[in-house]
Amino acid sequence: MDRRKFLQSASVTALAAGTGVAAPAIWSPAKADARSETLLIVSESGPNNLDIQGVGTNVPGYEASWNCYDRLISHEMKTLANGTQYYDRDKFKPELAEDMKTDDMSVTFKLRKDATFQDGTSVTAADVKWSLDRAVTVGGFPTFQMSAGSMTKAEQFVIVDDHTIRVDYLTKDRLTVPDLAVIVPGIYNSGLVKKNATATDPWGLEYTKQNTAGSGAYKVTKWTPDTEVVFERNETWKGGPLPKTKRVIWRMVPDAGNRRALLERGDADVSYDLPNKDFVDLRQAGKVSIVSTPYSNGIQYIGMNVTKPPFDNVKVRQAVACAIPYQKIMDAVLYGLAKPLFGAAANAPVDVAWPQAHSYNTDIAKAKQLLAEAGYPNGFETTMSFDLGFAVVNEPICVLTQESLAQIGIKVTLNKIPGANWRTELNKKVMPLYTNVFSGWLDYPEYFFYWCYDGQNSVFNTMSYQSKDMDALIDGARKSAASGDKATYDKDVKGFVSLAFNDIPRVPLYQPYVNVAMQKNVTGYQYWFHRRLDYRAMVKA
Amino acid sequence: MSALETEAEPTATSSGFMRSATATLQHARYTFAENPVSGIAFALFVVLLICAVIGPAIVPYSPLASDTAAALKPPSLQHWFGTDQLGRDMFSRVVVATRLDMAIAVFSVALVFAMGGVAGIAAGFFGGWIDQVVGRTADTIMAFPLFVLAMGIVAALGNTVTNIVIATAIINFPLYARIARAEANIRRDSGFVQAARLTGNSEMRIVLTQILPNIMPIMVVQMSLTMGYAILNAAGLSFIGLGVKPPTPEWGIMVAEGAGFIVSGDWWIAFFPGAALMLAVFCFNLLGDGLRDIVDPQRRT
Amino acid sequence: MLSQIARRLLTALPTLIGVIIVTFLLTRVLPGDTAAYFAGPAATPQAIEEVKKKLGLDRSLPVQFVSYVEALAKGDLGASLSTGQTVVKDIRTRLPASAELTLAGLVLGIVVAVPLGILAAVRQGSWIDHLCRVVATAGVSLPVFFSGLLLVYLFYYRLGWAPPPMGRLDVFSTAPNSITGFYLIDSLIARDFETFRAAFAQLILPAVTLGMFALAPIARMTRASMLAALSSEFVRTAKASGLSTRAVIVTYAFRNAMLPVVTTLGMVFSFLLGANVLVEKVFAWPGIGSYAVDALIKSDFAPVQGFVLTMAILYVMLNLLIDILYGVIDPRVRIEA
Repeated sequence: MDRRKFLQSASVTALAAGTGVAAPAIWSPAKADARSETLLIVSESGPNNLDIQGVGTNVPGYEASWNCYDRLISHEMKTLANGTQYYDRDKFKPELAEDMKTDDMSVTFKLRKDATFQDGTSVTAADVKWSLDRAVTVGGFPTFQMSAGSMTKAEQFVIVDDHTIRVDYLTKDRLTVPDLAVIVPGIYNSGLVKKNATATDPWGLEYTKQNTAGSGAYKVTKWTPDTEVVFERNETWKGGPLPKTKRVIWRMVPDAGNRRALLERGDADVSYDLPNKDFVDLRQAGKVSIVSTPYSNGIQYIGMNVTKPPFDNVKVRQAVACAIPYQKIMDAVLYGLAKPLFGAAANAPVDVAWPQAHSYNTDIAKAKQLLAEAGYPNGFETTMSFDLGFAVVNEPICVLTQESLAQIGIKVTLNKIPGANWRTELNKKVMPLYTNVFSGWLDYPEYFFYWCYDGQNSVFNTMSYQSKDMDALIDGARKSAASGDKATYDKDVKGFVSLAFNDIPRVPLYQPYVNVAMQKNVTGYQYWFHRRLDYRAMVKA
Repeated sequence: MSALETEAEPTATSSGFMRSATATLQHARYTFAENPVSGIAFALFVVLLICAVIGPAIVPYSPLASDTAAALKPPSLQHWFGTDQLGRDMFSRVVVATRLDMAIAVFSVALVFAMGGVAGIAAGFFGGWIDQVVGRTADTIMAFPLFVLAMGIVAALGNTVTNIVIATAIINFPLYARIARAEANIRRDSGFVQAARLTGNSEMRIVLTQILPNIMPIMVVQMSLTMGYAILNAAGLSFIGLGVKPPTPEWGIMVAEGAGFIVSGDWWIAFFPGAALMLAVFCFNLLGDGLRDIVDPQRRT
Repeated sequence: MLSQIARRLLTALPTLIGVIIVTFLLTRVLPGDTAAYFAGPAATPQAIEEVKKKLGLDRSLPVQFVSYVEALAKGDLGASLSTGQTVVKDIRTRLPASAELTLAGLVLGIVVAVPLGILAAVRQGSWIDHLCRVVATAGVSLPVFFSGLLLVYLFYYRLGWAPPPMGRLDVFSTAPNSITGFYLIDSLIARDFETFRAAFAQLILPAVTLGMFALAPIARMTRASMLAALSSEFVRTAKASGLSTRAVIVTYAFRNAMLPVVTTLGMVFSFLLGANVLVEKVFAWPGIGSYAVDALIKSDFAPVQGFVLTMAILYVMLNLLIDILYGVIDPRVRIEA
C-alpha cells in the first residue's frame, strides 16, 4: 500500500473529525522541491562542537569543520580500480592558496585574491596566521595534530604580505605540508571570531563551537545537538567548483536497525555507520549503492601488554598470534568487509607499505607448542578488554578469540569497557590483552610506527613496547624520508615491519573498511583520510 | 511496573499463623481452580524452574560453542530456535539463560525484601527517628528516575551480575519499605500484639513471631511482581550496554543484540529470548495477581 | 490552602537535598574519565591534565561540590560536554519533547486501560476478566526497547504506514513556534495543520510503545477500586432502588473508584517519564531521557545531575498536584504536611 496515500487519507479523516477544519494539501510542492535539492544523511551520533579546534570536539564534529572551512591546500582525487574516488596522498591542489612554493626550510603560500568569508570580508594572510597560531596554541587535539607535522610555534607562521604567508620549518619533516591539508588547520574569519572572543576565551572557542566562521563551501544554519545539523551551500565559495547540493540535513538516529530501514525505504539518502552485516545485505538486495574502502593507514589488532608476564615472553605472544581464529573473524564478524592482514608467506615484507599481512595464521598445534616452549604448557588465565562503543565488531571478535585461546589452555575473561572509559584504560597501559583500532590521518608507515611502536611510549603504543632496534629503524625511516634517501627509507620500513611481526606485541587482524550506503541517485562520494563525508562533491540526481 | 504497586491492601489481622496458613493453602487450591489464568501462570513457573535447575544438563549443544559455518541459520530440526551470529545454538542459549535470569530476579527480590522489609518493619513498629530516616531514604530514592538510578549504580560499580542485582534491589527499596511500614504500623497496637506484650514477650520476639508472619503474604505478592520487573530492568540495562559479561547467555542481552538483526530478517535471534523473557515476566506478574487474590481477605468468599 | 502547599513543599526539601548529594557522589564515582574522553583520541597525559583543569575536575570533591551548589543556587546547571550546550538550555528544549510523548502515552494507556479495568470488574471472574488481565499484563511483559523496535519494523519498515522513526518531525517539516513546547498544541495555535499532522504521525508509535507499558497498573487499579466500589453499601443501595446497571456503574461506582486511579496515574506518569529513556533512544526522540542516558554513558556529569534534579522536582510537584486533585475529588481529604 502506498504509505503517503494511506497517511493522507487517515490524517484527513482524523483532522476533519477532530477540528472540523478541512485539511490543506499534505505534500505541498515546495516540500517536494526541497526534497530534491536536499541531501539527507543519517548517522548514530552528531557533533558536540562545530569547530575541530574546540575543547573535546568529537569525531562527527570534524565533518562539520571539514565542510565549512577551507584550508590552504587540499588533495587531488584519484580513481581506484573499483571506481571509488580516493584522495591522492601525494598530489596537492590549492584551496585558499592559489600557489605553493617549497624551499629547503620553509613553504610559501599565495592566497586567492577573490576569496571571501561567509560574511563578505576577504580572506587575508592575517586570518591565515591567526588561524594557524590558534591551532598550535589552543592545546588538546588540534595542537597535537599540528605537532605531528612539526608545527609547534606561532613564530613559524610569517605574514609576507596581505596575500602571502610563509611557514618556516623547525626541523625538516616530510609531514609538514601534508599536515597543512588535514582538517585542523582550517582558516577562520579572525575579525569575526575576535569580535566574539572574551578575556577568558581569547581564541573565541565558544563562538566557533556554535557558529561556523569560515570561507568554506557550506555553513551551518541550524544545529540542534544530538538531533539535527542543517548545512546550506555558500553561494560565493571560491575554493572549488560550486557544489551541486544546495542543502544537507544530517539527522541523528541512534538505532542501527532504524538507519537501515530508513535507507531501504528511501527516506534517507546516505548512511555510513551500519553493522557490516547490513552493508552486505544491502549490497545483495541491490536497492542502494554501497562503497567499501579500506581505512588508509588503519588496522584492527589484538594487543598485549609486554611489560608484564606472561605477555613479556615473545613465545607467548607468538602462541597467541597462532591461536587467533582469523578466518572465522573475517567471515562471521566482518562478512568479508575488511582486508585480511594474516597468512602472508613470511614475516619479512616484500613491499614498502603499511598496513600489510603478517605470516601468522590459525594453527592450534603450533600455538600449543610455542606456549609449552615459553614455559606455560598448561596455559594461564587473563582478561581481554574491548571498547563497548564498537561492540558490534569487538564483542564477537573477543568471544571467538576467547574460545580459540581456551583450546591452548589460556582462560580468558572478557571485560567490556564503556566508550567513555576506554581511553582512560588505554592511557593506564595496564590491560593485559585487548582489541583496538588505530588509524592515522597521514598515510605514511613511519608515522604509524612512530606513534604505535616507538620507545617514547605514546598513548597509541598501547602495548608499552620498547625496543632499541625498533627505535633506530623508525628514526632512520623518518630521517631518510625528510632527506629523500629512498634506499635507506625502504630498508628501514621493511626492517621495522618485519621486527614488529617477529616480536608481535600487537597482532594485526585486518584493515577495516569504511562502508557508505547511498541511494542510487546519489553520486560523488569521495574517500578521505579522515573518513568523514565531503558534501562538496556529492550530487543527488 | 510493579514499582507502582505501593497501595497495600491491609491483610488478615487475625492471630494464629498456622490456622491462616492452612486456610490460605485451601484458598490457594480454590483460587487456582477458579482462575485458569493463575493456573497457567503457575504451570509456566514450574517449567521455568525446571529449566533453571536442569537446563544446562539437557540442552543439545554447549551454549558457548561457536560454529561460524552454521551462523545465522533459521530454526530447523538441528537448531530448534536457529543459530546466532557466531553459530551458537539459540535453543541451548535460551534454556541455559533461565538459571541466570531467575537468579537475578530471585536474588534482587530477596535482597530488597531483606533491606526494605527490615527497614520498613522497624520504621512502622518503632516509629520515631527510625521512621524518619527510613521515610526520607525511601522518598529520596523515589524522587529519582528509577531506571537512570539503576544505570548510574551499575555504571559506577561495574557491570557484573552482583551489581545488577544490587541496583535492582535499591530501586525497589521504597516500595518494600513502605508496604512493610504500613503493615507493621497497623499491627503495632493491635490486640494480638498487646496480648503478646502482656505475656512478657520481648519486642524483638513480637516482631519475629507476630508482625513478620502477618506481613509475609502481602510481601510475597509484591515479590512476585518485582521479579518480573527485575528481569525487565536487567534487559534494559543490557540494551544500553550495561548488561552481563559476554559470552554469558542472558535473555535481555540476547534480545538487545538480536534486535539489531530484526530488520535484516534474522528474527529468531531476538524472538526466542524475547519470548522467554516475556513469558517469565508474564508468569511472575500473573502469579502475583493470583497470589494477591489468595491473600486478599476481601475477596474470600 | 496556600500555606498547606508551602508547608508541603518545605517537607520536600530534604528529599531534593538528598537527591542532589546522591547524584553528585554517584556521578563522581563513575569509572569514565571525562577529561580523557573529551581530550580527544590523541591526548597525551598533559593534554588530559589541561582538560581536567579547564573542567575544574582537578579540585577535591568537597570543593567541586561547593562550587556545584553555588552555581545551582544561581540556576546554573553547568554545560554538557557531549552536546556543547548549557544543561539548562538542553533541558528546556528537550523536556517538552519528553513530556509530550509521556502524556500521549499516558492518555493512550488511560483510554484503553480504564474501560478494560471497568469491564473486568463488572464481569469479575468471567473470561472477559481473564482476557483483560492477560492483555494488560502482556503489555508490561516485553522490554520497551524491544516492543518499540518491533513496532518500527512492522509499521514502518514492513507496512510503511508509520513515518520514519526520526524524532518529533519529519525532515522537511519545520517546528512550530514554541509556545508550550508541545508540537501538537503549538501547531494548532499557529493553525499549521500540516505540521500538526506530521507531529501527530511521528508521535503515534512511540506513544503506543509507552502506552502499552502503562496498561497494567492502570487496569489493575481500576479493576480493584471498581470491585471495592461495586461491593460497597451505597452501590448496593442504588441497585436495590432500581437504578439501571449502567447508571449505577457510571454514576456511582466509577466516580468513587476514580480516587485511587488518580493516585496511580500520578505515579504512572512519573514512572513513564523515567521509563521512556529507552523509547526515546529507539525512536530518535530528542527528549531528556535519551539525553541523560548518553551523558551517563559518556561520564558527562552535568547533564546527569541536571536531569535527575529536574525529574526529582517534577516528581515532587506531581505528588503535590495529585494531593490537590485528591482534595478536589474528595473534599474530605486534606493535604497533609
